[in-house]
Amino acid sequence: MHELGITRNIVAIVTEHADGAQVKRVGLEIGRLSAIMPDAIRFCFDICAKGTVLEGAALEIEEVPGVGRCEACGREFGIDQPFGQCQCGCRRIACIAGQEMKIKEMEVM
Amino acid sequence: MCGTCGCGDESRGKVTNLQTGISVPVAHADHSHSHSHGDDHHSHDHTHEHDHSHDHSHDHGHHHDHQHTHDHTHGTTVSLEAEILAKNDKLAERNRGWFAGRNILALNLVSSPGAGKTTLLERTIRDLSGQFPINVIEGDQETTNDAERIRSTGCDVVQINTGTGCHLEADMLARGLEELKPPLDSVVMIENVGNLVCPALFDLGEKCKVAILSVTEGEDKPLKYPHMFRASDVMILNKIDLLPHVQFDVEKCIESARQVNPGIQVFEVSATTGEGLDSWYQWLADQISVELNTEATS
Repeated sequence: MHELGITRNIVAIVTEHADGAQVKRVGLEIGRLSAIMPDAIRFCFDICAKGTVLEGAALEIEEVPGVGRCEACGREFGIDQPFGQCQCGCRRIACIAGQEMKIKEMEVM
Repeated sequence: MCGTCGCGDESRGKVTNLQTGISVPVAHADHSHSHSHGDDHHSHDHTHEHDHSHDHSHDHGHHHDHQHTHDHTHGTTVSLEAEILAKNDKLAERNRGWFAGRNILALNLVSSPGAGKTTLLERTIRDLSGQFPINVIEGDQETTNDAERIRSTGCDVVQINTGTGCHLEADMLARGLEELKPPLDSVVMIENVGNLVCPALFDLGEKCKVAILSVTEGEDKPLKYPHMFRASDVMILNKIDLLPHVQFDVEKCIESARQVNPGIQVFEVSATTGEGLDSWYQWLADQISVELNTEATS
């Protein structure tokens, strides 16, 4: 359950940026290859937000699909695990999308 | 509990210096409250960290311009683009610089509980005593048992108890290093909490992660925990003396690891009998000379 610590980070970062304003909505970008479960973040969010300017805020999570790029031939293709194999046979695949763990935006009152 | 970050005396754990026997609680390194949690006037000390939308290499070109149509009643949307783990990553870079400045090779040892990290460390320290100094940061949820085992080898060791935490974070390591005070030109082994999931996410500032897998576990573990095996430069396959007694396909295991991480270096060892350890020791020595050469030329 590292999502609890991660959700605390989210609340701390947003609180800092909100600078006292009430937060209505928080938008996250979580990659499907990031080893973070959006449902676990949702589960922890209300608990972590309680008593902060985020209390009652809506949480929106955009899940970013994984994209790998073959280091041999440069081909890009969708991956649902942080590894894979290219059509050319190469297994050195760089994850170029899907590892995001980012707070994109917040909406304040 | 501190309302800003959620850090509490228990949830942040404690650091025990086995040389002095003194334990202190871990505070978040960057807000400067030294555990007088009653006064909340320094809860704003740790600002200005996430302002920089920094150039992480995975900030790939194609951006998803999704236009949500929110019912914008009267809120103002503020773009943040803040990395959730930015604070840890920044502190990890600080640790990395600290190691580089002292020419210290830091390795982050990760595995499931029971794979034999502590036994491998004990054996490594004993076998290499006199070759180069090795000191240890031990991470466990509770007890100083492992640190005491390591201490009995004669090296310096600091135990970090993470309490409810399931992994070490960069600020905890920084606090542990303050206590450990490792010498110049040495090796620091960081034994992470036994867990193949979260330690993959938290950079500590190490040179690389070393994953330890034992033959009493499943040979497909690299596929089950790909983040960890992908994040590690080295896999040590331990307890090979037990191979005659267990169903474990070494080739299949190595193949699984290479599927996830084609460049991973594999050592097959038994920390109990000593079989195969020479190649691991040679690798360690090579890392140090590489480090020394780098420092000498820079």
